[in-house]
Amino acid sequence: MPEAFIYDAVRTPRGRGKSDGALHEVSSLGLAVGVLKALKGRCGLSGEEVDDVVLGCVDPIGEAGGDIARAAVIAAGYSYRTPGIQINRFCASGLDAVNLAAAEIMSGQHELTIGGGVESMSRVGIGASGSAWPVDPAIAIPAYFMPQGVSADLIATKYGFSREDVDAYAVLSQRRAAEAWLQGKFSKSIVPVKDINNITLLDRDEHLRPETNLEALAALKPSFSFFAEQGGFDAVAIQAYPEIEKLNYVHHAGNSSGIVDGAAAVLIGSREAGAKLSLAPRARIRAFANIGSEPAIMLTGPVDVTNKLLARAGIRLEDIDLFEVNEAFAAVVLRYVQAFRLDLEKINVNGGAIALGHPLGATGAMLIGTALDELERRNKTLALVTLCIGAGMGTATLIERL
Amino acid sequence: MKLENFRFEKDKDGIVVLTWDMPGRSMNVITEEVINELNLVVDEIITQSSIKGCVIASGKMNFSAGADLNLLSQGAKQYEAVRQERGEEAANILFFENSRKLSILYRKLEACGKPFVATINGVCLGGAFELALACHYRIMSSNEKSKIGLPEIKVGLFPGAGGTQRVARLMPTGDALQFLFKGEQLKATAALAGKLIHEVVAVEEMIDRAKIWINSNGKAQAPWDAKDFKNPSGKVFSPTGMMIWPAANAIYRRETFDNYPAAKAILHAVYEGLQLPIDQGLLVESRWFAKILRSKEAAAMIRSLFLSKNELDKGARRPKEIGPVALRKIGVIGAGFMGAGVAYVSALNGLDVVLLDRDQISADHGKEAVNKLISASVSKGRATAHDRDALLDRIEATQDYLKLSGCDLVIEAVFEERSVKSEVTQRAQEVLGSEVVFASNTSTLPITSLAETSLRPENFIGIHFFSPVEKMSLVEVILGKKTGDRALATALDFVRMIKKTPIVVNDTRGFFANRCVLNYIREGHIMLGEGIPPAMIENVARMAGMPVGPLSLNDEVALDLGWRILNATKKDLGEKAVDPAQEKVLYFMVEQEGRFGRKNGKGFYDYPSIGKKSLWPGLSIFAQKDFDPELIDIAEMKQRFLCVQAVEAARTIAEGVVIDPREADVGSILGFGFAPFTGGAISYIDGLGIQEFVVLCDRLATKYGSRFIPPTLLREMAANNQTFYSHNAVARVA
Repeated sequence: MPEAFIYDAVRTPRGRGKSDGALHEVSSLGLAVGVLKALKGRCGLSGEEVDDVVLGCVDPIGEAGGDIARAAVIAAGYSYRTPGIQINRFCASGLDAVNLAAAEIMSGQHELTIGGGVESMSRVGIGASGSAWPVDPAIAIPAYFMPQGVSADLIATKYGFSREDVDAYAVLSQRRAAEAWLQGKFSKSIVPVKDINNITLLDRDEHLRPETNLEALAALKPSFSFFAEQGGFDAVAIQAYPEIEKLNYVHHAGNSSGIVDGAAAVLIGSREAGAKLSLAPRARIRAFANIGSEPAIMLTGPVDVTNKLLARAGIRLEDIDLFEVNEAFAAVVLRYVQAFRLDLEKINVNGGAIALGHPLGATGAMLIGTALDELERRNKTLALVTLCIGAGMGTATLIERL
Repeated sequence: MKLENFRFEKDKDGIVVLTWDMPGRSMNVITEEVINELNLVVDEIITQSSIKGCVIASGKMNFSAGADLNLLSQGAKQYEAVRQERGEEAANILFFENSRKLSILYRKLEACGKPFVATINGVCLGGAFELALACHYRIMSSNEKSKIGLPEIKVGLFPGAGGTQRVARLMPTGDALQFLFKGEQLKATAALAGKLIHEVVAVEEMIDRAKIWINSNGKAQAPWDAKDFKNPSGKVFSPTGMMIWPAANAIYRRETFDNYPAAKAILHAVYEGLQLPIDQGLLVESRWFAKILRSKEAAAMIRSLFLSKNELDKGARRPKEIGPVALRKIGVIGAGFMGAGVAYVSALNGLDVVLLDRDQISADHGKEAVNKLISASVSKGRATAHDRDALLDRIEATQDYLKLSGCDLVIEAVFEERSVKSEVTQRAQEVLGSEVVFASNTSTLPITSLAETSLRPENFIGIHFFSPVEKMSLVEVILGKKTGDRALATALDFVRMIKKTPIVVNDTRGFFANRCVLNYIREGHIMLGEGIPPAMIENVARMAGMPVGPLSLNDEVALDLGWRILNATKKDLGEKAVDPAQEKVLYFMVEQEGRFGRKNGKGFYDYPSIGKKSLWPGLSIFAQKDFDPELIDIAEMKQRFLCVQAVEAARTIAEGVVIDPREADVGSILGFGFAPFTGGAISYIDGLGIQEFVVLCDRLATKYGSRFIPPTLLREMAANNQTFYSHNAVARVA
């Protein structure tokens, strides 16, 4: 089986996902074009040699609808002969795009591909593309649908994470992200977003609150208690997990992932394709895995998919040097740490989505770049990237630095 | 056109007044003949060019109570015959087509091009209100007794003749779903505010107003047939829809634990229907209706909650040779919580009541309790100040036994002690003689032995109310060995007067309901002793269909009472008669911790002075180390809760305590809330199939103990392929 190598990875800074965010004026297409152009420039691509561009996007509607990947390929000045496909697996879309792009290489059908993702949450809006999952009784009822925040509170309740635990983790994420920026740890991957006059709109992540401390977070009210109680979701949680008497509402805006805009792209290819372009491979995609997990609690998929991936790849957990587990909610990461008895020093070492934000369809591809940069800096070998996913799934990718 | 059930009268303007007035019935109901005749009428109105429009009215006190549920349950037999002859799909097609005849008729009426007006006086429910919904204009009388509603959900059905589609196109989705889910009945003002009707006028003006509407060019077009029609809440997939639907699905689960397919069908029919034009919406509704009509939940609920309950209400068990007993005045001895409740429901239904206690202060205290109950109704707008005064006037609080003179029935609700009961019986009989029927509201003492303290045991009977009396609609009438027919007839006529449902049971410790309930509570104790988390016990019990968890229920009835009963049982019947796991739990709670339940503010739950109760953390003493809730078989826990009650219900039939399965079913639902979707404790067994139930019992007995061992009667019935409700059933249906 041919091997898939990572040649480069780029991402935009993450703009605050509101109308006053620095990237609000940039369209979804513009964000995607930015990262594709950057890869083209950095890697000396003519555009003709790319066999496919796979982009994740969670709300592919309106300006992001109708196969945004194909539009971005043309607008970024690649050859019209390069096709594009948009995929959606909710929050893991960006990582699944990388995995599919790698699979096209591993299957021997393609030589050079790009996997990435884009999401303008400030412009399109979360949930804008609609979904049968929460709405159609035929799936909402048997699947015990709850909003993700309620599921996150269910994880905290079931696995015993207190408000202090999740807030402490949020402070850690902010501190690590601030430190990472201070030391320029993201500079290798970051591609500033510029306007048509080449004026920089944003060159650093915008969502951070480095000044946050435990006291400030303690003052925030839980975000999901009202909706859970009024909307009946607390009862749904308890019917799915009847050992629970009542939900402990611990999550709020300060310990959940931020709503942001952004895009990312990863160049993947066979050894020969890299050689033709005189590019040195930075890492190998060792393995990836997908799994469905219990849909009511929804966000525990990273544990399940990690077990599946390790078993298939024949790797021991101790062999992994770094973990990137998307910080959708603090309890998701704490559960992962608890399940594998992990050392916190190995996980999300440069902060995560609580501090930096989670541009849904792009995050997975961004985390590949973050993990790879850190492996290189630490001179380490193996990193595992994983995200929890709506409707109860997990995606994980194991990369090996060369 | 020959009509039996309608009068068809055309006036000079060409407006037909169609008066629904079925011969030989006090209430109009939708029968096959009604459907056929209405079809003829609509065809006539379409074809006669001289007819301008039609006003539908009723010739009765009420418009109509809706469809004949007997009719609905008949389809099942035909289905089975066709299935065996022509296969399942053919049977499904025929059943589907038959079950949507009413829906098609209503749509024909709505789309016929001539205006129809419904004039509603009295109740207009179910299929009858769906007829009104298909009319182009709805007028309701201002009569206090006029009510519209779609109560199908209460018997495991849902409105299948356009009700879900038209209501969801008249009201905002959230309101529509609530109206359909609750099955509540609305008075004219509320119906008007909800836009379900167009106009409210005095009853005598309805026909004139209807004609005026037609004559002033009333449009023969439903709003949803207009090109520019928009649903009141807009599109399903819209920001508004996203606010409504996820919560609607969750609230469905919260309210039903996903045990009621008819309620789920409402969600499906509305969700799917609102995304379609009306004709397809009606088609989808029909598909769900056919499915629900064939569900075992609907069959069980129609049988127990409608047919059997009505039969019992009408005196199915009443000795026919005894003429109606004229009850005007009753005596209630003991003015405590139960006595006051009995006095209240009696006076509420027009009886004069002598409320007697050992001293005037206690008697007055009881009457004050009645005052509080009726005053609460007044403040909620359910009764007037006049009603309150009249009701209180009917109750005489006294300590004087002579005041009992003239009572047609005496009920004692004094302290549960034989000597106290015997004393009040004798003192009452000194005044009234031995002819008057004397009833005891005891819940623990055998009626046969109490009857011995009276002059004439044949006039002595048990009338066991449930607490709180004003809310609980079941009454157990208990026959002592010598209780005579006149006493039974009197008790049943009394129960009918106070609008409650009676079941007649023979004398035994705990009668019927309490025997089952105590088994339920004990199962909770045993699970706790097994180390199952208390929250899981409570939640899974409710998921099984019970209204409250066993630990909550035990807190309400008091733990020390259970502990006393356990010790008494041990004394009377020996060590083996009590479950050691239950003994351990109760000993710890009552003897060691002094936790008696809600009455002393601490039981399995803590009861803070403000805020909700919560499970007592000290129960963690029962927890297992490294307990993994994922390993618990939830389905089996549910079976334990229902099975332990059902097997006890079967024992009461095997022992001849209950002789009619209808009484066990209705009694189990109304008395202690046994999972209503099953149709009751005996229908639960029939629904599973007796063979399967016996296998289940044996499995649970092997795993959890002898309390699950089924009575011989069930094994015999299983061997003979019988069911409780089949013709060759062992149990005798009176």
